[in-house]
Amino acid sequence: MREIPVSEVTETVARLCVEANTDLGADVEEAFRRMKETEVSPTGKEVLDLLLKNARIAREERMPICQDTGLAVVFIDVGQDVHFTGGDLEGAIHEGVRRGYEKGYLRKSTCHPFTRKNLGDNTPAIIHTHIVPGDRVRITVEPKGGGSENMSRVVMLAPAEGVEGIKAYILQRVRESGSNPCPPIVVGVGIGGTFERAALLAKKATLRPIGTENPDPELAALEAELLEKINQIGIGPGGLGGKTTALAVHIEMMPCHIASLPLAVNIQCHAGRHKEAVL
Amino acid sequence: MSREIRLQTPLTDEAVTPLRAGDRVLLNGTVYTARDAAHKRLIALMDDNQPLPFDLKGAVIYYVGPAPAPPGKPIGSAGPTTSYRMDPFAPRLIAAGLKGMIGKGNRSSEVIEAIRRYKAVYFGAIGGTGALIAKSIVSSEIIAYEDLGPEAIRRIEVRDLPLFVINDTVGGDLYQEGMKRYAQAP
Repeated sequence: MREIPVSEVTETVARLCVEANTDLGADVEEAFRRMKETEVSPTGKEVLDLLLKNARIAREERMPICQDTGLAVVFIDVGQDVHFTGGDLEGAIHEGVRRGYEKGYLRKSTCHPFTRKNLGDNTPAIIHTHIVPGDRVRITVEPKGGGSENMSRVVMLAPAEGVEGIKAYILQRVRESGSNPCPPIVVGVGIGGTFERAALLAKKATLRPIGTENPDPELAALEAELLEKINQIGIGPGGLGGKTTALAVHIEMMPCHIASLPLAVNIQCHAGRHKEAVL
Repeated sequence: MSREIRLQTPLTDEAVTPLRAGDRVLLNGTVYTARDAAHKRLIALMDDNQPLPFDLKGAVIYYVGPAPAPPGKPIGSAGPTTSYRMDPFAPRLIAAGLKGMIGKGNRSSEVIEAIRRYKAVYFGAIGGTGALIAKSIVSSEIIAYEDLGPEAIRRIEVRDLPLFVINDTVGGDLYQEGMKRYAQAP
């Protein structure tokens, strides 16, 4: 049994909140550069340049990439041989979010759903805990902005709609989202499971590094086909027209009920913010 | 072909009418920030015939909830939020004198019609470039609804804030036109 004080969790979460919001991922930056080569719209190329410039300023000045520093979605994979000491784990995560958002001059965006009163410290975090073998703890912080999250959906398709129905729904969702979710987007897709599991799969799909494909060749082919079709819609960088509407389509799939075909589409903005650490 | 035009607030009919979807604008002067909650309160004041916290005539509203200002800076990251959430309120403000809105994303047909009818303009800023946009903001002061935190109404001064004209007075729409131009599939 390995003992880990929860204070380490708090410190790590706080650091990851700031890093995820100020330091654009290398895979995203690489995708901007790559897409600039293939973008046909001059305005589109210019927007991709602005995104690169924005990332540089954010990194150098420790400014948030975007003013919407999101709700803090925290994935924590806990090795089953770990024993947390000195407090409760979830409390430690919330405290990490509180400190990170304060120290990093990040915007606090949590509010009461009815009164809309801002809670002032960006808690509660949205925590997804997973127990795994071993004695390590992997923490991933994904600050999720409202603009892209608002364009996301879960739908229970009829099984007969099949893969064609899945493709049609995803393309329609991207088309209807238009310029709202800050394209070029990452499209996270969850297929199967139950209502809530499909949504979680879609969110996890947004974490996969851009440029990687699903290990299942059938799903990898589906990702490639959807990316090509999405990039023919014309929305483009910033929604001003062009062929770079999405940087990636990531699909995660699992078995489902014989009566159901759950599908979740979680849209992620061009910053695709997330950082992880292993304790 | 897009042009670059330097504009000074408050905006007038004469300044707004020649603008066309696709034009690039460098905006200067006073701009007010307001999002969902502030819009709701502004409309409630109008319903009660109460004075607003700022003069709408010729005004420009920026849909933004900035990040906190780090030490030594006037404002934190300050990019646009998605505009459609303000669509139910915007036509009423436009009819009362609002001339410009800054945000990102498509507007409703009611807003587009109000822009045409009352000679206003919808500017797009590039979503997710808040660190860059903050460099064009030289000062910021909360003038109303401090309790709303990031959603408070701020008076900001901008210098050469780079924007695109999205919706103009003749029904032009850069998002629609841009998408059509580059669509490769029906």
